Amino acid sequence: MNRWLLPGLFLAALIGLWQLAASTGALADLLGLEDFLAPSPAEIARAIWENRSLLAENAWVTLQEILLGFACALVTGIAFAVAMHFSVLVRRATYPLMIASQTIPIIVVAPILVLWFGFGIVPKALVVVLVCFFPITVATVQGLGSVDPDATKLMRSLYASRWQIFRRLEAKAALPYLFTGTKIAIVFAPLGAVFGEWVGSSSGLGHQILQDNAQLEIARLFGAVFVLSAIGLALFGLTALAERRVVTWR
Amino acid sequence: MRQDINMSAETGQIEAAEAPPAPPRQTGGGLAIRGLEHSYGELRTLAGLDLEVEPHGVLGLVGPSGCGKSTLLELICGLREPAGGTVEVDAARDGAGRLDRCAYMPQRDLLLPWYSAIDNAALALRNRGVGRAEARGQAAALFERFGLAGFERARPTELSGGMRQRVAFLRTLISGKPVLALDEPFASLDAITRAEMQEWLAAALREDPRTVVLVTHDVEEALYLCDQVAVLSARPARIVTELAAPAPRAADRDATVTAPEFVAVRERALRALHEGAQ
Repeated sequence: MNRWLLPGLFLAALIGLWQLAASTGALADLLGLEDFLAPSPAEIARAIWENRSLLAENAWVTLQEILLGFACALVTGIAFAVAMHFSVLVRRATYPLMIASQTIPIIVVAPILVLWFGFGIVPKALVVVLVCFFPITVATVQGLGSVDPDATKLMRSLYASRWQIFRRLEAKAALPYLFTGTKIAIVFAPLGAVFGEWVGSSSGLGHQILQDNAQLEIARLFGAVFVLSAIGLALFGLTALAERRVVTWR
Repeated sequence: MRQDINMSAETGQIEAAEAPPAPPRQTGGGLAIRGLEHSYGELRTLAGLDLEVEPHGVLGLVGPSGCGKSTLLELICGLREPAGGTVEVDAARDGAGRLDRCAYMPQRDLLLPWYSAIDNAALALRNRGVGRAEARGQAAALFERFGLAGFERARPTELSGGMRQRVAFLRTLISGKPVLALDEPFASLDAITRAEMQEWLAAALREDPRTVVLVTHDVEEALYLCDQVAVLSARPARIVTELAAPAPRAADRDATVTAPEFVAVRERALRALHEGAQ
């Protein structure tokens, strides 16, 4: 657990410094603000505790959006990557469009999705899909193509059918790549959900952050940010754990 | 597969196992190459090669780097189609027929890191639809016989270079195909391991004879392991000379390679190699 020691100490030092700066009023003075606009870590912790049921409720909404969107992106991303791997036609037709689509800022697409799909979970999940789909697909396509041509020849000479080459060689070789793409996707997924909520929603952590901002509930706002970040970290940790279980040969 | 079943009958392990799907016929395995031409675009690599290997004969191919030896193996194995001439394996001339009869062992061992040693060795059986337990049983009998017992469950990364090559060779052998195409199988090994592996391969082929085409850089290796050695020229490759080895796969390697007869043939081979490289 040594690798956690250094970042842990650094984080503790940062929080300590922040606590000192905020509780003495130095931080607010520096920013030229009222004290309550620059809350200390202790005040934020208290806000989280006092608003725990509200935060939990909103976190659950956002988590559902993230998980639904991520699951859809995972399934469609892998399916699309496999299609691109097997069909040069599909790859040539769609790869440039996929790259081009990434140049459109998600925040611009979100309002359209809300317009089309209303204020429920669907538009938020779709924004998450848009965020997650690209890293998963690109990484998987690259992984499927990462196989040594000599290994393919070897498999052919060992009676392997095209399907067996895919299953025993290409798909296995793609797994580490898939996990790399998935880890990137899962970190950005909460961002997608918050974007979706900002455009139009009545609940969720993104919605709460907007409201807290408007009502100057800055400590609670920081609390929501903290919870959101905790969700992202937990999902990343679960993905890394799954990777270690699945990719046992690295 | 017939050979595999024979083998296992000896060890008595899987005698009564249900027969896996019928493999291509295992008789003979003679190889005839006539007027073989190949080129990559403008680059002519093979200039009308004629070669013949008897069933269960071992042919060595030596030649300068990049002269098209690996291409020749791929052509034999049906992994590539020639620009001209014919390759005939057991009367099969088409690519699919050759692919059915030849097992290819590439330069690097290319063991799949996600499978254990035994699952790597048994790949050909699994690809032919043999169940996992049954395939492992057949491979285990060979592990026992070829000095790999105890390493069945090891991951490739846990094996030494020599061990990896043994597993890679067994993987080729277990395919049950009559013709084995070995592309510099021991090139990556140190000199001592290499000599050990040559003895090991000689013993394996004495026990389980196959038709073999062996590509190597090492004239001594070729003359020790093969019945015939063809010396190829630089690109476009033609045959400079063909030499018969004095004592192919003899049990005592050290005595064989230092015998005056062997040394004389080696000298001739090296001269031919030098000649062809110009």
